[in-house]
Amino acid sequence: MATPETFVVVGGGQAAGRAVEAMRGAGFEGRIVLVGAETFPPYERPPLSKRLLIDDAAPIEGCTLFEPAFYERERIELRLGVAAVAIDPAARRLRLADGATLAYDKLLIATGARVRRLDLPGADLDGVLYLRAIPDALALRRRLRPDTRVGVIGGGFIGLEVAAAARARGARVTILEVADRVLQRGVGAEIAAFVAGLHRARGVEIHTGVTVSGLAGEGGRVASITCENGLRVAADVVLVGVGVRPNDDLAAAAGLAVDNGVVVDAHGRTSDARIFAAGDVTNHPSPHLGRRVRLESWANAQDQAIAAARTMAGVPTEHAKLPWFWSDQYDVNLQIAGLPEHWDATITRGDPGNGAFIVFYLVENAVVGAAAINRPRDLRLARKLIESGRSVDAAVLADETVPLKTIAAG
Amino acid sequence: MTSDDRDDWHRVARVDEIPDDEGKAVRVGDRAIALFRVEGAFYATDDICTHEYASLAEGFVEGDVVECPLHAGAFHIPTGKALTPPVTVDIKTYPVRVEGDDIYVLVV
Repeated sequence: MATPETFVVVGGGQAAGRAVEAMRGAGFEGRIVLVGAETFPPYERPPLSKRLLIDDAAPIEGCTLFEPAFYERERIELRLGVAAVAIDPAARRLRLADGATLAYDKLLIATGARVRRLDLPGADLDGVLYLRAIPDALALRRRLRPDTRVGVIGGGFIGLEVAAAARARGARVTILEVADRVLQRGVGAEIAAFVAGLHRARGVEIHTGVTVSGLAGEGGRVASITCENGLRVAADVVLVGVGVRPNDDLAAAAGLAVDNGVVVDAHGRTSDARIFAAGDVTNHPSPHLGRRVRLESWANAQDQAIAAARTMAGVPTEHAKLPWFWSDQYDVNLQIAGLPEHWDATITRGDPGNGAFIVFYLVENAVVGAAAINRPRDLRLARKLIESGRSVDAAVLADETVPLKTIAAG
Repeated sequence: MTSDDRDDWHRVARVDEIPDDEGKAVRVGDRAIALFRVEGAFYATDDICTHEYASLAEGFVEGDVVECPLHAGAFHIPTGKALTPPVTVDIKTYPVRVEGDDIYVLVV
């Protein structure tokens, strides 16, 4: 009998967790070692800016993907709290920060992304916080008290979700966004306007088109944020949400192809036949978008990891899903399907004034993207429409008397 | 009728209240239950997804599978089995009985 193979997974998030689950699911019987720099077993990050932040009683375990018994039952070795520092592709070995090395037959890089840090005067003051991992969420939560003044730098998903959580805890929130609207990168103008209105109605102050120039403190603690236009915002806590960078250094140092993320094919293969990658760290082809993308997304981390893990286990599986994102803020569920770079028409179904509507983005009468506020079922049907690539009648799409299900069924 | 105590069967809905492609949320005591119709047969499961707080009755039904409206975890309606990530924990199912136009669910 041949010696059983060893699969090593580097990372401890959604992608790493779903990968080890899928390797066993695809019938891989060999050794699986998961190496995570964080001390927690694989967990989901979405609750970090929502439930875990809002509720003092929310347990950390509510974020973890699996019970401890899962790892025992599935014979998955966890090496947590130790970073991987180097890959030696020729020797097929992974070196860890504690000096140990692990031999692998196949390796999965699921190292995710890290926050972009501010490079401004005062950025190192106490009270300037970021949000990516569980300890970040707990540190922020401790500081969000009634009447705490929270300055949020960045009006993207993280900034907005933190604003909603902070309001739920009675804190006062000011958002500073460099672009001329919130969610510049994620959604169209109608949805962004709705979301901004939602926050303003809940008492959040939003300034757009402002560039932060520095932070000022008192006794080492942050006290205010200053903008280039002279705007000064008093803040006891500053949350910086200005995007992330892929953790692709390990791959780059090993000589793998890297270009804004580890370059992989539809199966998650890197330029080395024994090394795969999945999740936020990858630059991968998207058949629906017709281009390469790097997605910072829970759904992508899960689905791409499953495809790569199955491929590693000998069941070649393509990751070809339509990009799909979601966010929860206050009592609003926002979902986005597709990621079109341009469109020639938008159709709104439902009334933004009622707090539930969906916007379709069309190119030559085909739906190429959609974003829904409190309409998850419609968004699900929109995903079908996008995947079908079929032409639709714009007037019918806007007509609420025609069920979307009928339209999606063609 | 089974040997269960008649008091444990709760009338929860009329058959014409259950659409084909989505569920209906009902409550029995403090329990949230989703009713589904699959090819003419009625089923009852826990309404709240085992992943995050979401009503499966508001989910997307295709064949005998319901997909959670929030994060697309899928469950097999007749057995409650968790089918696709992110869900890994099954939902509870409840016996259903139809008398005339009324749907009864057994909750002990």
